[in-house]
Amino acid sequence: MAIINLKKKEVQAKVVYYGPGRGGKTTNLEYIYKKFRSRIQTEMVTIKTHGDRTLFFDFLPIEIGRIKGYDIRIQLYTVPGQVKYESTRRLVLRGVDGIVFVADSLAVRRKENVLSLKSLADNLASYKKSILEIPLVFQYNKRDLLDEGIPLLPVEWLEKDLNSKLKAPSFAASALKGPNVVQTMKKIIIMTIDSLRKDLT
Amino acid sequence: MDKQYISDTDGQRTYIFTPAQLSRIEAVLAEDLLDVGVHSVTLIDMAGNIISTMDNGENRHDLYSLAALAAGNFGAVSTMAGLIGEEEFSLLFHKGKKENIHFSKVTDEFLLITIFGKEVSLGFLRLKVAEATEKLVIALKPGS
Repeated sequence: MAIINLKKKEVQAKVVYYGPGRGGKTTNLEYIYKKFRSRIQTEMVTIKTHGDRTLFFDFLPIEIGRIKGYDIRIQLYTVPGQVKYESTRRLVLRGVDGIVFVADSLAVRRKENVLSLKSLADNLASYKKSILEIPLVFQYNKRDLLDEGIPLLPVEWLEKDLNSKLKAPSFAASALKGPNVVQTMKKIIIMTIDSLRKDLT
Repeated sequence: MDKQYISDTDGQRTYIFTPAQLSRIEAVLAEDLLDVGVHSVTLIDMAGNIISTMDNGENRHDLYSLAALAAGNFGAVSTMAGLIGEEEFSLLFHKGKKENIHFSKVTDEFLLITIFGKEVSLGFLRLKVAEATEKLVIALKPGS
C-alpha cells in the first residue's frame, strides 16, 4: 500500500525480500546498508533470535532521489525464512508494493524454494493480491559457492522450478560478495515505482 | 487539488493524500494532541508508512524505524488477541522512565502513535486520542 503525499511531494513504498530460511535475505539488506551507508540516515533495524536468525523482520529505509518531482522513499523489509514463522511472514507482507524472492541456489534446497514461493502466493492471496500481478524479481543467490565446488542448482533449473509461469526478471547473485545485489534492488524499485507511475501527476 | 484518494491497479492499492487533506490531519494532530503536551504524534498506515507526523520541536527519534516497528508490533498484538479469542486489545501502551508510547487504531488501515512524558496522564491522553481519532476518521475518508 504505497503512500503518495501530494503536500510534501513524497512517495513511500514497501519492498519485501521473501524466500526460504538461510537463503540470504538479511545478507542482501546488510550489503545494501554497507554499500549505501552515506545515503541511509538511520540504522538498519533487525529483530533477531539469539541464534542470529531473523525473528520478525529486518528494516532498511532508503531514499533513492526524485522521480517526476517526487522524493522516493523505499522501505526494504525481510521476512523470517524459517517455516514455523508463517504468521509473521504474513504480517510483514501487509501493504507490500514489490517483492524480491531470494532463492537458495544450493542443490539441497530445491524443495524449500518451491515451498516458499507457494507460501508467498498464498500469503499474498490472503491480502487479495496476486503473485502474477505484483512487481516481482527473482534472485538466485549464493552463486559464489560454485567456485568452492559446492553443488548448486543450475540457473535454468531454478528458472524452470520457480519462474516458468511468472516470467519475472531474475538475477544470479551473491548477497555475501555483492554481484547483482544492487541490480536486484534497482530492478524491483524501478518496477514498483513504475506500477505507481500513473498516480504521479 | 481534487484527486482520487485510493487508486487500485492490478490489485495494488495506493493511498493518495491531497495537500488539503494533510493540512486537516495535521491540524487535528497539533490541536488535539501537541497542544495538550505530548512530545510527538505520528499517523501511519498498517504497512508501516508515515502519513503525517508532528512534534514539539525537541524530538529526534528515528520515525521511519519507529513506524515500521509500530506497524509490526500492532499486527503481532492483534494476532495474539485473536489467538486468545479477543477481537483486539483496547489499550496498547508502553511505559518508560521519561517517555511513554501509546498506540491507537484509527481505522483498519491506519494507526496513531503518540509519544508523551510525565506531564500528561494516561487517562487524559486516552481521552484526547479518542477525540482526535473521531476527527481523523473523517479526515481520512475518501474525498474528504
